[in-house]
Amino acid sequence: MPKHVIGRTVPRKEGRDKVTGRARYIDDLHFPDMLYGTTVRSPSPRGRIKSISFDEGLPWDEFVIVTAKDVPGMNAVALILLDQPYLADGSVNHREEPVLLLAHHDKYLLEEARRAVHIEIEPLPAVFTLEDSVNRREIIWGEDNVFKSFLVDKGNVDEAWDKADFIVEGEYWTGAQEQLYIENNGCIAIANEAEGVTVWGSMQCPYYVHKALVKLFDLPENKIRVIQVETGGGFGGKEEYPSMIAGHAALLAWKSGKPVKLVYDRAEDMAATTKRHPSKTRHRTAVSRDGKLLAMEIDFVVDGGAYATLSSVVLSRGTIHAAGPYYCENVRIKSCAVATNVPPHGAFRGFGAPQSIFALERHMDKIARTIGLSAEELRRRNFIQEGETTATGQVIRERVEMAKLLERAFELSDYQEKRERFTRENDASRIKRGIGFASFMHGAGFTGSGEEFLRSIVGAEATREGRVRVLAASTEIGQGTNTIFAQIAAEALRLEYEDIDMAQPDTANVPDSGPTVASRTCMIVGKLVESAALGLQQTLVRSGFLKDDYTPDEWRAACAGYIEEFGTLKSYSQYKQPEGTHWDDEKYQGDAYGAFAWAVYVAEVTVDTLTYEARVVDFVALQEVGRVIHPVLAAGQIEGGVAQGIGFTLFENVVWQDGRMHNSQMTNYIIPTSADIPPIRVFFEENHAQQGPAGGAKGIGELPMDGAAPAILNAIENAIGIGVNHVPLMPEALMHVMKEGASARG
Amino acid sequence: MREAETTSKVAVTCTVNGVAHTVEAYSMMRLLDVLREDLRLTGTKEGCGEGECGACSVMLNGELVNSCLIPIAQVEGANIKTIEGISLSDEQLHGVQEAFIVCGGAQCGICTPGMVIAAVHLLERNPTPDDAEIRDALAGNLCRCTGYVKIFEAVVHACRNRKA
Repeated sequence: MPKHVIGRTVPRKEGRDKVTGRARYIDDLHFPDMLYGTTVRSPSPRGRIKSISFDEGLPWDEFVIVTAKDVPGMNAVALILLDQPYLADGSVNHREEPVLLLAHHDKYLLEEARRAVHIEIEPLPAVFTLEDSVNRREIIWGEDNVFKSFLVDKGNVDEAWDKADFIVEGEYWTGAQEQLYIENNGCIAIANEAEGVTVWGSMQCPYYVHKALVKLFDLPENKIRVIQVETGGGFGGKEEYPSMIAGHAALLAWKSGKPVKLVYDRAEDMAATTKRHPSKTRHRTAVSRDGKLLAMEIDFVVDGGAYATLSSVVLSRGTIHAAGPYYCENVRIKSCAVATNVPPHGAFRGFGAPQSIFALERHMDKIARTIGLSAEELRRRNFIQEGETTATGQVIRERVEMAKLLERAFELSDYQEKRERFTRENDASRIKRGIGFASFMHGAGFTGSGEEFLRSIVGAEATREGRVRVLAASTEIGQGTNTIFAQIAAEALRLEYEDIDMAQPDTANVPDSGPTVASRTCMIVGKLVESAALGLQQTLVRSGFLKDDYTPDEWRAACAGYIEEFGTLKSYSQYKQPEGTHWDDEKYQGDAYGAFAWAVYVAEVTVDTLTYEARVVDFVALQEVGRVIHPVLAAGQIEGGVAQGIGFTLFENVVWQDGRMHNSQMTNYIIPTSADIPPIRVFFEENHAQQGPAGGAKGIGELPMDGAAPAILNAIENAIGIGVNHVPLMPEALMHVMKEGASARG
Repeated sequence: MREAETTSKVAVTCTVNGVAHTVEAYSMMRLLDVLREDLRLTGTKEGCGEGECGACSVMLNGELVNSCLIPIAQVEGANIKTIEGISLSDEQLHGVQEAFIVCGGAQCGICTPGMVIAAVHLLERNPTPDDAEIRDALAGNLCRCTGYVKIFEAVVHACRNRKA
């Protein structure tokens, strides 16, 4: 009987290939007679295309040239709305909009050619900021610039203001953030009438690409094949944009009849692909003298960029997380995603939640200060309890112990002792020290009816030798999908981890297990892996080849016997919504998520009053994520997420210039290095969720992105006595607010 | 680079992972491209192309360099080691590689070859680095997945195993 595989630190499935350099990423692949592709983009943020001209002196007849008129099917990237063209046709709406594609054997000549194409634009007035869009300075999308709006209305907010002892207001801002996976986006395509379209690429969601290519080429589903190759990080940045690149590579391949590789360089990837939605949140909160939240009114706006893309769902997650892990009888959240003439913003770890949680957790500190309670006591008096309802009216049916998490996080970080000591010592010191925290939750899986709509499928296949292959489109992008799925299948079948193989995500061979997003891979898809694996076992038992209790050798004999007689042994499992789950998409009420992960993060900072540099010097991340499948991978998710959160807070500043990212280089868009990261101390409380696999694992990927920014700014306020309500907080801004001596933006 | 075509290619001889190679290349070709395209050693990755991320790190005459910043003419007669030359054999990994697997130092894996090279380079010069020395030695190699914590642990683990 093998030892338990769950909870054990087994070696990453593809680890050996990664440490030896043998792992093949998209740019490592080469096909005979392959062309290189490139994208010519709009030189203007908004306008009409007047002409396209080509400089003389280049052998243009050698180039494959594709424009909108070459699109065989629908010229729109199929996602939620169909508003974003693959290639601009007549007008452009942002500075990086693809207008024309080129391909050639010689990639150096190709770059020269790209610069020799001139697109003349008759300009139209453009909108670059969220506020200008909300104020309709110019209507640039639809009738009102609004991609989507939501209203969550619980209780009666309007009646609460009169009864309040305090009304506390605040406004909070977050900036754009680049995902900055170290591997740039890229795809290779082969496409022709006879064979259809095949694309290899760096991506999170092969079936998203598949769906988009079906429409782009107007071909039947079985004529489109999408294969994910080793992917060098995603973080949301390879959720939707690969559909664009795959389409471009395929269009060039279709026209040329040759394989085409289209891999972005860093500057193009940073400037043209999606980033985190900038946001603005206004809070107005009614509070009683004893610190109970009586009513919360929240206005949440995100900047979606030029096309709708995923903004409606980013907005949805941000909206639902806006009221945090607190119980309040009366909550009204109004939210909207608006258009601007910048490249579309998109998915990035946390998906709207880091934005709205930043606002709330800064605001909670402000409320505490206003009413004269400690930050922790205010939260303790309002933490949601089992049986209470969230803003959407979801009854929390799992055990939730935020107060206990808070207490343990404070012990682990010496919060109280440090808080007192820093207050004592700071006056005499040039370096001010501070400590702060944030308490929050993150929902796992698609929001509301999303999972029911996806109805994901996972397969498991046994070989004659008794090995089991998991068939899923869920991608390994560094987070450990291959490893945890193998663990889950091994545990379910009482086999060794080494007995399980993972099929490459290839739409010709694996079912659609849904996109690799939304902290859903472990909890939702992992559960399907478990049931698909168990399906193999049931088949063998029911057909008499296996007893209920078996040894690995008996398993292998049973597989051999069954396959000898019936040919193949496969099992599929499809998602079914748990009984008693309800969601109302119209009213935005009901069970928003199958489960939540809960957390308290504590940040300790120093602020140098001479250089205005803020540094995080210690970080405690405590969370309850259900069952931990793989301790090292789980901790790695938290550490990486916190590091990105530190970047979001103190380093990563997208500089916009007329709708274009001005600092699209690693030289001037700075992410934390090994010298910038404090010790990140990760702790888990285990609580076995009802829904997840392996005795109750929940989602983990996005959670750590939510807590760092508010914890750090709460710590900075503790250090310098001034509250700052926007991120990123660069030294220049810190200098400004410290010299002003008042909080920026109110 | 097309201007380079008007000049003729030069023959450059260098040793890569112990094997002598002569490549015909324009003198300003990047070492990175020659390794990846001419020699098909694709373990060395391009992350930024401007010497910021360290994904293309290799050892050039024992020094840690970004191969995206090295023109090929500069490596005439040089000894180059890439990730493909780090393992002791096909079966036996270098201690640093083992440690990266054990400690979870590789997630998406794209920075890993450069990170492993940087760590090997550190341990060759300083077999017992302290925490600050490890952080400093790896500060030229960006990782977006790990927050570096597991990478530091891997380096420490590799040191300990070497001593044992």
